[in-house]
Amino acid sequence: MRLEARHDIPLWMSAVAPALAVLAAMILCSALILWAGFSPFLAYAALIKGGFGSVFALSETLVRATPLILTGLAAAIAFRAKLWNIGAEGQLYAGALAATFFGTGMITLPPVLMIPFLFAVGAVAGGLLLLVPALLKAHLRVDEVVTTLLLNFIVLLFVNYLLFGPWKDPMAMGWPQGRPIVDEGVLPNILAKTRLHAGLFFAIAAAIAAWALMRFGVLGLEIRATGHNPEAARFAGIPITATTLKTALISGGLAAAAGVTEVAGTKGYLTLDISPGFGYTGIAVAMLAGLHPLGVIAAALFIAGIYNGADAMSRAIGVSNYIADVLTATSLLLVLLAMMLTRYRLRRG
Amino acid sequence: MDFLDIFLTVGFWAATVRMATPLIFGTLGELICERAGVLNLGIEGIMTMGAMVAWMWVYQGGDLWTGILVAALLGAAIGILHSGFSVYMGLSQHVTGIGITLLSMSLSYFSFRMLLPGISTPPKITPFAPWPVPGLSEIPVIGEALFTQTPLTYLAFLAIPAVAWLLYRTPIGLAVRTVGENPMAVEAQGINVFHLRTGAVAVGSALMAVGGAFLTVSVFDAFYFDMVNGRGWISIALVIFASWHPGKALLGALLFAAFDALQIRVQQASDIAIPYQFFLMMPYVMSILALIVMSRRAAYPKALLTPFRRGER
Repeated sequence: MRLEARHDIPLWMSAVAPALAVLAAMILCSALILWAGFSPFLAYAALIKGGFGSVFALSETLVRATPLILTGLAAAIAFRAKLWNIGAEGQLYAGALAATFFGTGMITLPPVLMIPFLFAVGAVAGGLLLLVPALLKAHLRVDEVVTTLLLNFIVLLFVNYLLFGPWKDPMAMGWPQGRPIVDEGVLPNILAKTRLHAGLFFAIAAAIAAWALMRFGVLGLEIRATGHNPEAARFAGIPITATTLKTALISGGLAAAAGVTEVAGTKGYLTLDISPGFGYTGIAVAMLAGLHPLGVIAAALFIAGIYNGADAMSRAIGVSNYIADVLTATSLLLVLLAMMLTRYRLRRG
Repeated sequence: MDFLDIFLTVGFWAATVRMATPLIFGTLGELICERAGVLNLGIEGIMTMGAMVAWMWVYQGGDLWTGILVAALLGAAIGILHSGFSVYMGLSQHVTGIGITLLSMSLSYFSFRMLLPGISTPPKITPFAPWPVPGLSEIPVIGEALFTQTPLTYLAFLAIPAVAWLLYRTPIGLAVRTVGENPMAVEAQGINVFHLRTGAVAVGSALMAVGGAFLTVSVFDAFYFDMVNGRGWISIALVIFASWHPGKALLGALLFAAFDALQIRVQQASDIAIPYQFFLMMPYVMSILALIVMSRRAAYPKALLTPFRRGER
């Protein structure tokens, strides 16, 4: 068997490939559901109903999709430049820290200014956090995979220190959580009787902006060229180092914005568990979307639905909700395979 | 307690050797993969899987050594899965590795929850007991630190010369080192590049799984979520620190473990009011610093990250 490159890839193929990969992942994971002693059909029906089956379920899925869109964009843009940012989790918490630092009474502005201000300080914090590994990569050849991964642990321990120490809210009955964000900074609710907040609009706007940047912007071209073939890009006069650093600022900023939506929107204050691995799941979202910024919206919705659906299913029937993580990881691997099969065809001999 | 007194206690040196063990297994495993040209970011997940499986095997009534063997075999199987994507299909080693880590971790957690539903405090097993080496363990300080460890620690220290011998003194080691530098040269010898890389990744992943298993059946007696706690990622940093040499990997792992053992003791002994979280950060900060110091001169295997496709240059 050998691989032969396809010359032109039909559009329908790149759209159908991720769907087929997800379907295959569901079939594979039904083995685990059978092992748990349940019918995969009933389990998946419960999962889909729990994720998308009612207005409330949909609203919860949208709430969960909001940070996933942002971390998904962070991964999609960085991976386009072959900047392997696996540190979205740490950058998310950096954004959450900045929003808590400025948003819990230090500065109070009218909401039209306060909310953009919180996003701005959050994005700066996350961007700077990723700038460090990017600078180390550009100037000292330090592998960014390991540094971004290790920074996740450092940032999380720092959050732990602040929430058990100086930033602990004295009104929180001993729980390790930060003071609440001032009313002016809280993202407004957009659907009564649900937790859905305006962070969703921000995330969708960010996806459209990222798409426009990648499609029409000069920087978008530079990012793609840097990722595709750095040697050729350098020869064409593209500033590789500057592009890498700009990519880092954007990617880190997007991941950090997810921290802001959680602190100022979903929760209202900082806790140690504002992110159940959104940073890592964002990588799966980006891959499912084929690194396409608009595809990220759909992929985030889907993954968020799986997670919420799995929670509901594990309450209804006794299949552990870790099935959502297994499904996501399996989809990530299979979509990688599916995308390759759209680029190459298998030939015997 | 005075700061310097820590270095005079047997407990410190014994802890150093003990804490180095999972890092030695992880670093050797990653080193073998990378020497063959494959970055294995699945390490964190494979170590978690090894920790869970070995523990579960023993908890269900199995023997300790068979538990280690089962963990190693499962680790090798995950390594082969990694190769299926990264070697045979030539897919991005970064994304494959992250996918493998997410998959192995979630499968471990799912299986743990499925086999032990509704358990809040992790149940315990009887882990490996220390094996004092007759004679040697009676040497003061050194003997107690080095020779009253559990068997897996001795195995880790024996694995270092074994891997070094294998890599530098055997034809298969030569082939593995060459395939990480210039796969075409290996192909020209009539050796199958795909099989060779897969073999290396399988062996490396088995070692990683044993490193994880050490945590649950030797140091601790229970399986906790997130118990690997970045040891896999630290091992990747140590491979670069060791410039892909097993001997230097031992040095790196020991330095690192000594630092870890020291921070715990300083944390307990100090009357300086430094919050414990900052001590816990130190291993990760150290890894980053080690990378910064070593990376500029790092001689990466030339074909690392480059998939091999027959007939393509």
